[in-house]
Amino acid sequence: MTAIGYRKAGMERALGRLLRAGVLAALALVLPGACLYLAGHGWERPDYHTFRGEPAELRRIASVLRQAMSLHGQGLIQLGVLLLIATPVARVASSAYAFARQGDRLYVAITLAVLGVLAYSLLGSR
Amino acid sequence: MNLFELTSVLAVSGLAIGFLGSLTGLGGGFIVVPLLVLGFGVDIRYAIGASLVTVIATSSGAAAAYVRDGYANIRIAMFLEIGTTAGALLGTSLALALPKQVIGGLFGIVLLHASWMNVRRKSESKASEGGSAVAAYFGMDGAYPSAAGLVSYQAHRVPVCFGLMTVAGVLSGLLGIGSGIVKVLALDQVMGLPFKVSTATSNFMIGVTAAAGAGVYLSRGYIDPGLAMPVVPGVLAGAFLGARLLPRVETRRLRVLFAAVIACAAGEMIYNGVAGKF
Repeated sequence: MTAIGYRKAGMERALGRLLRAGVLAALALVLPGACLYLAGHGWERPDYHTFRGEPAELRRIASVLRQAMSLHGQGLIQLGVLLLIATPVARVASSAYAFARQGDRLYVAITLAVLGVLAYSLLGSR
Repeated sequence: MNLFELTSVLAVSGLAIGFLGSLTGLGGGFIVVPLLVLGFGVDIRYAIGASLVTVIATSSGAAAAYVRDGYANIRIAMFLEIGTTAGALLGTSLALALPKQVIGGLFGIVLLHASWMNVRRKSESKASEGGSAVAAYFGMDGAYPSAAGLVSYQAHRVPVCFGLMTVAGVLSGLLGIGSGIVKVLALDQVMGLPFKVSTATSNFMIGVTAAAGAGVYLSRGYIDPGLAMPVVPGVLAGAFLGARLLPRVETRRLRVLFAAVIACAAGEMIYNGVAGKF
């Protein structure tokens, strides 16, 4: 295997580890959150038939964080979901770094373009 | 049905969906929306939010193994993600402007078409008859592990595939699905990649496509923690299992089964869209 081949294999392992860490962290928030939420509301009948939309505190990153910090079940779950959503974004960001280390400018540009669209859609959405 | 029962049923379903989604590269959004809307009477907007979570969980859960084992082609994925994320951005803004019936009906048509294409599909992989200059320029050719050792492959018709990926992105933004079916078909039939490379690369990509639409759905209140709580662990466990099985599995049987499932769901979605039952 060439030196570049080694670095590519290293990149694949690193990306694999990042993805695994992201989903495990999400799981570590969702599971305790689910226990708390079920303990409080498990016997209620949820109504998903009519769309009301989530309450405001579960729609913004800052307020989700606050809800989770106060060990609110739904807040913990929602923070886990946010982490899950962030995992592919983090994967793209770290790919840019990995391509840069390989000296692959073409793919650094491609990856940054994807990251730009992602950032625009995540931050610009209201 | 109380929340406890709903959670249990959805966690078990999530396991199956993550398993199927990771093996086929379809992501499972195609199953979650009909399951929630038709099976549990959930409003399609909550269902789309849950489907988004499902797709990202399937993608990230299985991709760790696919990337490590060398099935997913990172370069092809990164290049095509420009098309899918830009398309998803466009599709998401269309979704908020369109009424639910239209979204549901469109979804059904997409399902039906995908099912038909799935059954029609013949060969596992094409013999590579010389690579393309574009693929060579972008360093897209690769090799994947098989029973007989590493098999090298080449990518073809890159620009056509890029166009299809943009369409796939629009669909996923519009319907809240990773539109893995369009991706797998494009990679398999247009680019001529080996089938397992196509499914694994599609699986790798759909998480990013879905994430591009997540901001809008979160701020509009589509993503419900009560539905996400069984879906996340169930789907992740299923995706882990699916990724472990891919190297050994015979995909043809799975493809036919899946085609049958989505064809049934498509009929119901179109009916509900036409009858305005959402």
